[in-house]
Amino acid sequence: MAAIARRGRTSFTILMLGIPLSPYVIFVLSPYAQSFYISLTKWSGFTATKTWVGFANYNKLLHDSVFWTSLRHNALALVLVPVATIALALFFASMLNVGGRRGRAGIHGVRGSAVYKVIYFFPSILSIAVIGVLWSFVYDSTDNGLLNGALRAFGLGGPVDWLGNPGSAFYAILVVMVWVSVGFYVVLFTAAMGAIPHELYEAALIDGANRWDTFWRLTLPLLWDSIQVAVIFIGIQALDLFGLVSTMSAAGGAGGPDNSTQVVSNYLYQSAFKYGQFGYASAMGVALFILTLLLAAVTFRLSRRERVEG
Amino acid sequence: MSLDTKIGADVREAGRAPDRSRRSARIGGLSNVCSHGFLILWGVLVAFPLLWMVLTSFKSDQEIFASPWRLPSTLHFDNFVRAWTTAEIGRYFVDTTVVVIGGVGLTLLLSSMAAYILARYPFPGSRLIYYLFIAGMTFPVFLAIIPLFFVAKNLGMTNSLPGLVIIYSAYSLPFSVFFLTAFFRTLPDSLAEAASIDGCGHWGIFFRVMLPLAKPGLVSIGIFNVLGQWNQYLLPLVLEDDPKKYMLAQGLASLAVRQGYKSDWSALFAGLTISMIPVLIVYVVFQRQVRAGMTTGALK
Repeated sequence: MAAIARRGRTSFTILMLGIPLSPYVIFVLSPYAQSFYISLTKWSGFTATKTWVGFANYNKLLHDSVFWTSLRHNALALVLVPVATIALALFFASMLNVGGRRGRAGIHGVRGSAVYKVIYFFPSILSIAVIGVLWSFVYDSTDNGLLNGALRAFGLGGPVDWLGNPGSAFYAILVVMVWVSVGFYVVLFTAAMGAIPHELYEAALIDGANRWDTFWRLTLPLLWDSIQVAVIFIGIQALDLFGLVSTMSAAGGAGGPDNSTQVVSNYLYQSAFKYGQFGYASAMGVALFILTLLLAAVTFRLSRRERVEG
Repeated sequence: MSLDTKIGADVREAGRAPDRSRRSARIGGLSNVCSHGFLILWGVLVAFPLLWMVLTSFKSDQEIFASPWRLPSTLHFDNFVRAWTTAEIGRYFVDTTVVVIGGVGLTLLLSSMAAYILARYPFPGSRLIYYLFIAGMTFPVFLAIIPLFFVAKNLGMTNSLPGLVIIYSAYSLPFSVFFLTAFFRTLPDSLAEAASIDGCGHWGIFFRVMLPLAKPGLVSIGIFNVLGQWNQYLLPLVLEDDPKKYMLAQGLASLAVRQGYKSDWSALFAGLTISMIPVLIVYVVFQRQVRAGMTTGALK
């Protein structure tokens, strides 16, 4: 840029950066910063004064059984959703990339892999709230629901109240989370697999490796970076779950029945915007933030150790 | 495991390859059927609830309650009319369209301005500003929503569509700036320099030379933001508590809660179908860019 005139450069830079920075600072950065402060106050939101309470909100969190229940649900999601999603996505991605092996020239993708990818990916571009509403009707407790209608059609017994039963409600929501996510990671993993040189597979084949060997010894190690990204990404969504819980859980999205589907994000939303406990809810936000950081740190740590040892 | 020695061994073994590959052809053929089986099964599982939704949106309420599996006897387009007017999906749809057009337009303008400077006008502290933008991608939105609600309220930007446009743009900036900064760095200097020699100022170079050059990047980030803002649920839920100002996803969710008591499933399903049409159109037209853009988002 040396050749471009220096005249007017400073004012140009200030305006070009200042205009986008001002809404960003006002609506994004300052709220993030304020929430740490609000979490140290007791505030109903309707008075100007926030009463300083120190760490009282955090102390209350530690003794709040609903918060721990929510946290346990997030932890459950954090384990189950990435494992199920990544396992299924890896399975389908390898089917798409090498499933059509014909022998003669080594490895082939299956025919029509583009069509599969188009269909699989579609749920991940839909609004999570719309998906939640749709699935709450799939799970409808009467025979009108798609699932219970199917049970009846196949003579598999009476209607099950999937979302109304504390034992099944949260798992029913997690199934939807997996249903939404798999296609996205199929696309991510097929792209990563496509970048693996064909010669490696052909060499392994000639060596007499079967499909199982090539997957474990070749594909998986070479995909490790993408899988790590996927774990963090799905993990962040599993820490959220707000869209599904707030549209699918019983009692109008309050995390019911009996808090059996409550997660931190939804509990935060309810505490703040239904019950006006803004200080307390902000403390949950900070907790959620710390959990997100921990998740990223742990994932990186684990994967680094893996690399050193492997 | 060492790949090099493996490949070496393969070369030595290459002479024996033909009979082995014939055997694997047979196995391959079998597993090909098998893999298609699994792939089709998942395809059906993904598509079925969506097709069910579309079919149900054409059924009368009596038909829905008779059997969830039967096809509609006649196509009840009146469900769509009822959804659009009485259930107010029409207003949500139009308002959401307006907000998304405004929001994406503003996002593109603001993010390309910031990205252009961060990519091509380095100054002391510009890295810091770059990282300030990136930081927005790493924080959970739930940390911000409570103060955001009060900031917006104090500025009279709750229950306001222009308010939503600005706030959507602000939250779309981190990824858009990140993406476009990388894009502007790849553009050649020569055209900008030539324009400068021809007497073009900084503003002229940006708007008349660099922005047109950045069009492919702007298209990608535009599609990404159209989908993201169209599907936005949390921000309008927090910022718009007046049902007259609801966005589409939010309106449908609230309708579903109300409909639970009224049992007008057909209109609700028509509403769900309506909400997916723009997404489907964008997806069909731009499907390659959509998948590429979204998965790049994951790899941020």
